Amino acid sequence: MIDPSAPGFWSDLFQVLLIGTGQTLYMVGVALLVTIIVGLPLGILLVGTEKGGLFSAPFGSRRAGVVINRILDFVVNLGRSVPFIILMIAVIPFTRLIVGTFIGSTAAIVPLSLVAIPFFARMVEIAIKEVEPGLSEAADSLGATSWQIVRKVLVPEALPSILLGLATTVTSIINFSAMVGTVAGGGLGDVAFRYGYQRYSTIHMVAVIIVIYLIVQALAALAAWGARRLQRQNS
Amino acid sequence: MIAITDVTKTFGRADRRVTALDNVSLAVERGEIFGVAGQSGAGKSTLIRTVNLLERPDSGSIEVDGRVLTSLGAAELRSARRGIGMIFQHFNLLTSRTVQGNVELALEIVGVDVRERRRRAAEILDLVGLSSKACVYPGQLSGGQKQRVGIARALAAKPSVLLSDEATSALDPETTRSILALLKTINSELGLTVLLITHEMDVVKTICDSAALLEGGRVTETGNLVDLIRTPGSRLARDLFPLGEVHTPAGHTVVDITFSGGLADRPVIAQLARVHGLDVSILGAAVETIGGNQAGRTRLALPGARDDIDRALADLRGQGLLVEVVGGADA
Ligand SMILES: Nc1ncnc2c1ncn2[C@@H]1O[C@H](COP(=O)(O)OP(=O)(O)OP(=O)(O)O)[C@@H](O)[C@H]1O
Ligand SMILES: [Mg+2]
Repeated sequence: MIDPSAPGFWSDLFQVLLIGTGQTLYMVGVALLVTIIVGLPLGILLVGTEKGGLFSAPFGSRRAGVVINRILDFVVNLGRSVPFIILMIAVIPFTRLIVGTFIGSTAAIVPLSLVAIPFFARMVEIAIKEVEPGLSEAADSLGATSWQIVRKVLVPEALPSILLGLATTVTSIINFSAMVGTVAGGGLGDVAFRYGYQRYSTIHMVAVIIVIYLIVQALAALAAWGARRLQRQNS
Repeated sequence: MIAITDVTKTFGRADRRVTALDNVSLAVERGEIFGVAGQSGAGKSTLIRTVNLLERPDSGSIEVDGRVLTSLGAAELRSARRGIGMIFQHFNLLTSRTVQGNVELALEIVGVDVRERRRRAAEILDLVGLSSKACVYPGQLSGGQKQRVGIARALAAKPSVLLSDEATSALDPETTRSILALLKTINSELGLTVLLITHEMDVVKTICDSAALLEGGRVTETGNLVDLIRTPGSRLARDLFPLGEVHTPAGHTVVDITFSGGLADRPVIAQLARVHGLDVSILGAAVETIGGNQAGRTRLALPGARDDIDRALADLRGQGLLVEVVGGADA
């Protein structure tokens, strides 16, 4: 039990929150970056390798396209259906391999990315499917390569939806980052667990909730603002 | 310029196969505006999409500007497509780019550098009359303006052929006229060959030099418009002169007489009355400018015995007029 009237309580709280917020932003930020880097191409490939897609027949073989599509679809579905707490434990050997340890904020980035990538890839897939097929066709008629169609048509046109998908993704990364914190250490989840739960400090608990709420709201507002800005051009 | 030879295209699996194009052959001459007309589902869109191989035919060959597209590899096909512009019924403009950005897309794809892109886009936007809208997004344009952007984008890479898939079908009549006028200007000033498809005969009448009729995936008529209107029984010609249904008054024979070229000012009715003693009634008439020439079709009801009428008609035919009996005792 921590006594709020003890000297230095508030500055301690502030200190703890600051470190926790920093760790959370670090975990979430890097995981988000990895998620975009891997999830975006994955989503594009998911659409592209479908029947009639841009990459429906890689290396001239439709067979290869079907196989790639099936594998990606399976992996994404698997990633989305395994509960995070199980995924986090299951990938410990993999985390160790990459980071060297499975404890700490840096190690937490691995499971966080792994859970967010399939989620985001589906969002990208849906966003790209919403792009009017006539637009790709127009680019095709101008002699565009598949890569040019992806870069100049599909991604820019799907960007407002992708951005909104990203907002949902980042919210769930923050959510899972708190869970990681309780197990592997670090971040606001860790603060809530160690101070709020183990040491019964309601003030810590409330403070963590407020900070997380503010972060999520700020990011969601940012994404919505960006998407609106992009979409305003359409109407 | 465009040679479509024995092209067949089917959709679907064996059990539910739709033959969209059935052994179609067409030839489009350099510098002409060629219209393909036909009912909904006739295969018009499929046909024009095979020309730049957006739709690959099951069999047959496509030749554009001396290149046999159907035998090209992927990279060569892309380079050939850059010489074939295409415009669409629903414009297909990128919402993520400004008007200028949309035009520049065509040049980016070809690999033109930034400064040259700017210059060329400005030039082409000026040609289509949209210089003032360069920095506007397509969402803020009217349908006619969007189609002008579509045309600018299609022309940016300086193609020699322009394909138009129902480019005016989503536009009101006045805007349609202005877009058609623009296509005509482009055709005569840039020497572009235009292949367009439409279900509106007005479009064919207004700007085409030649036309084909597509029915159930087959070409049933094709030729120069001036020749087509002289062809007895031509469906295209009939649609060009909208005289409507034939109503035959009792005891009459109904004939359609087509005037074209130098025959437009013949005093035919006076002649039928005076020389052949026939009491002519006029049931309908249409005058059109086709292929730059005045042409007209008059529907007449002639009373009396068939023998007398046949003699009179033979006389008119002898003068080079197209005379078709469309109603009456044994029409
Ligand atoms: N991708 C496709 N898959 C299956 N069937 C198709 C496809 N495209 C066209 N068809 C069929 O081919 C036939 C010709 O279609 P097409 O779109 O070429 O007609 P159209 O003359 O352009 O008609 P409209 O004037 O309505 O546009 C139709 O029966 C249509 O259902
Ligand atoms: Mg069509």
